[in-house]
Amino acid sequence: MVKSTSKDAQDLFRSLRSAYSATPTNLKIIDLYVVFAVFTALIQVVYMALVGSFPFNSFLSGVLSCIGTAVLAVCLRIQVNKENKEFKCKRKTIKTKLGGFLWECGYV
Amino acid sequence: MAALESPLPGTPTAMRNAFGNVLSVLILVLIGVLAFSIRLFSVIKYESVIHEFDPYFNYRVTQFLSKNGIYEFWNWFDDRTWYPLGRVIGGTVYPGLTLTAGTIWWGLNSLNIPLSVETVCVFTAPVFSAFASWATYLLTKEVKGSGAGLAAAALLAMVPSYISRSVAGSYDNEAVAIFALIFTFYLYIKTLNTGSLFYATLNALAYFYMVCSWGGYTFIINLIPMHVLLCIVTGRYSPRLYIAYAPLVVLGTLLAALVPVVGFNAVLTSEHFASFLVSFFSIISQLFCYVFIIIHVVALVYYIKGILSPKMFKVAVTLVVSIGMVVCFIVVAILVALVASSPTGGWSGRSLSLLDPTYASKYIPIIASVSEHQPPTWPSYFMDINVLAFLVPAGIIACFSPLSDASSFVVLYIVMSVYFSGVMVRLMLVLAPAACIMSGIALSQAFDVFTGSIKYQLGASSNSTDDAEDNTSTNNAPKDDVSAGKTDKGEEIVKERSSKKGKKKEREPADKPSVKAKIKKKALVLPLEASIVALLLLIMLGAFYVIHCVWAAAEAYSAPSIVLTSQSRDGLHVFDDFRESYAWLSHNTDVDDKVASWWDYGYQTTAMANRTVIVDNNTWNNTHIATVGTAMSSPEKAAWEIFNSLDVKYVLVVFGGLIGYPSDDINKFLWMVRIGGGVFPHIKEADYLRDGQYRIDSEATPTMLNSLMYKLSYYRFVETDGKGYDRVRRTEIGKKHFKLTHFEEVFTSHHWMVRLYKLKPPRNRIRGKAKKLKSKTSSGLSSKSAKKNPWV
Repeated sequence: MVKSTSKDAQDLFRSLRSAYSATPTNLKIIDLYVVFAVFTALIQVVYMALVGSFPFNSFLSGVLSCIGTAVLAVCLRIQVNKENKEFKCKRKTIKTKLGGFLWECGYV
Repeated sequence: MAALESPLPGTPTAMRNAFGNVLSVLILVLIGVLAFSIRLFSVIKYESVIHEFDPYFNYRVTQFLSKNGIYEFWNWFDDRTWYPLGRVIGGTVYPGLTLTAGTIWWGLNSLNIPLSVETVCVFTAPVFSAFASWATYLLTKEVKGSGAGLAAAALLAMVPSYISRSVAGSYDNEAVAIFALIFTFYLYIKTLNTGSLFYATLNALAYFYMVCSWGGYTFIINLIPMHVLLCIVTGRYSPRLYIAYAPLVVLGTLLAALVPVVGFNAVLTSEHFASFLVSFFSIISQLFCYVFIIIHVVALVYYIKGILSPKMFKVAVTLVVSIGMVVCFIVVAILVALVASSPTGGWSGRSLSLLDPTYASKYIPIIASVSEHQPPTWPSYFMDINVLAFLVPAGIIACFSPLSDASSFVVLYIVMSVYFSGVMVRLMLVLAPAACIMSGIALSQAFDVFTGSIKYQLGASSNSTDDAEDNTSTNNAPKDDVSAGKTDKGEEIVKERSSKKGKKKEREPADKPSVKAKIKKKALVLPLEASIVALLLLIMLGAFYVIHCVWAAAEAYSAPSIVLTSQSRDGLHVFDDFRESYAWLSHNTDVDDKVASWWDYGYQTTAMANRTVIVDNNTWNNTHIATVGTAMSSPEKAAWEIFNSLDVKYVLVVFGGLIGYPSDDINKFLWMVRIGGGVFPHIKEADYLRDGQYRIDSEATPTMLNSLMYKLSYYRFVETDGKGYDRVRRTEIGKKHFKLTHFEEVFTSHHWMVRLYKLKPPRNRIRGKAKKLKSKTSSGLSSKSAKKNPWV
């Protein structure tokens, strides 16, 4: 049983990887950005765990703005994805995403 | 929304659309004017004055803001209240209301329109209620169409529950907060419907405004995640849902943490690292954050489902579920252990009392004593939302056909608000917009069906009769049963496929053939006479609603409560005692004198009399209030000791016995005893009760007759009519002739409503040996009672 599940797992990962490499490049760039943002947030959490939470508001603003750009990037990806039938215009969403991003910069 | 393409200009449909749009703009303007003017009764009947107690505090803060600017306001430490503790205003007040009014005042003044701060404060609430009805129009339009929107806006402009908290002069947080609430919901639904990030950002900003304005923002922060969960669970997850929710969480939390009152409560209840994991998300936003995580999981699942083949997906699911189960189990076990170890699991008293309505009365007398926190009675529902109470179920049913994300949201909104309004009268205010939206939807649906039937019947009578027969096929739709209360007929009302807007012009005989084909499948066309009668009945219903609202606004909710009036045979009597005594205080005492009174009058005293008070309506320090309560319940000497230790110079007592004013301090005395007894055990409630009742007549207990409150209220009262008949308690008082030893009366207002006493300075020396012995024993006694007083 274990052997079959491990074989299944390998099949799973292989198919995941092949499916993912099929996505267009611009979406992959966005995904990379999301990973980078989440990674930055994680670093901040680890730092806070090591050093202590004072001053708390800088920790909060750092983590939340990183997560915020990640979320907004995901939203952008949703809107840009051509397979997603509900959205059409790509150019407009870049502007709106920038708008949200600049808001966050203002609050850090 | 109409399924038609946007019509070519110049065609009849375009003209009709344009006419419809102009008409709806005109209607909206009229609704705004209506909302504004229905709230002006108190200004007409009395004067442009600020009402009640809390608005005086907000007014004083706005005055400070307009005089000293925003940086002083942000860092303001108020030393004229809660003497000797003071209060940090910048960090404990919700700044939305004062900043809004301050901005309006500043804007008007820079345009050289010299309105005073008081005028701006008095009229802020009516202006924002006009905005709130426009926001309701927008919200309902997103849910069901602009016909329903107009109906809902008209209903909200007049609903008595909202009027009660937003009359001209009621300068309180809810005045702007309800507008912010509805507007935030509108932007959320708009984002959900369009999936545009622009609206998502606006949504976060509106949420920020709501957090600034009112503690009720926790309602939003719990309702929206609940709706997201509902959508996910019912299988309506879509990328738009993610766009609507995820940015709101992050941006909203970030912005909410900026408001000093909320501060880190938005994220955390304790900064200690050991409890970090448990209380990282305080209970206020726990739901918010867990659903944030959940929606990411769901999004990931859908994404993977999209890119994998079904077999692989099944494998992935089994793998993840098995690992996830184990991890979840461990985490939940840890969480439960940690949460159970803290006494209340991290909830605050007020939120706990929302879940368990009897909690407050058992444990926290101060919350229980505020009348606004009591559960409402049935008549108050009918008084506050009137006709809407039975239009709401019809609206809920109308929302289910068809069920969209937006309509599921308003259904959830009304269910939650009905529950919470059942716990606390004050939250009826949150129910009002939901009820208006639902009723607007119901009314507009009803009008659609009836007018459609009338038009069809009139049109059909000119066509052949076969077509009419074709279309009267009934459809069994059990869920379309309408509550009988709405009309007196028991017809079935079925939705019509054609446009739900109230623009009747669009249905003309020219469109008849296509409409007929659509109607053939599902419609039931009602007989002509029935439709006309039903329409008339609906209009009469609306008329009753309007009459009730205007009556409620004029008679029930317009009293400023700082000025009282009463009609008698000699005409109108005006009791302006409060302002008379505050003016006396401000003219006849030193600026630094401290005034002690029960906490109800704190805000008014600081705002109008400009004197330092000991306790005020903020009630944040229970022990301090208990000290004042103990002093009021103690005999004269002990009370003098307590007040002297607090540097008090004057004591203010409100007494209604001469004119029959029922909210005076003797009626509030039981709370003084209870709250005082809660902190100082030497005050026992049983000492003041005779047969379980508080009495002030000859049957009263000696402790009651010796208490400071009794003495200060009834000092020289017997001189008014010779017998000392108390009009509120309806008896003659027990102890009629007595002298005050430690206090002297300095002022009694015209109708004896407010009485001011000054603390007598201690005697310089006591003469004689006998007097010395007596004073020794009495001082021994007093030191014994004073020793129990922790303030000495």
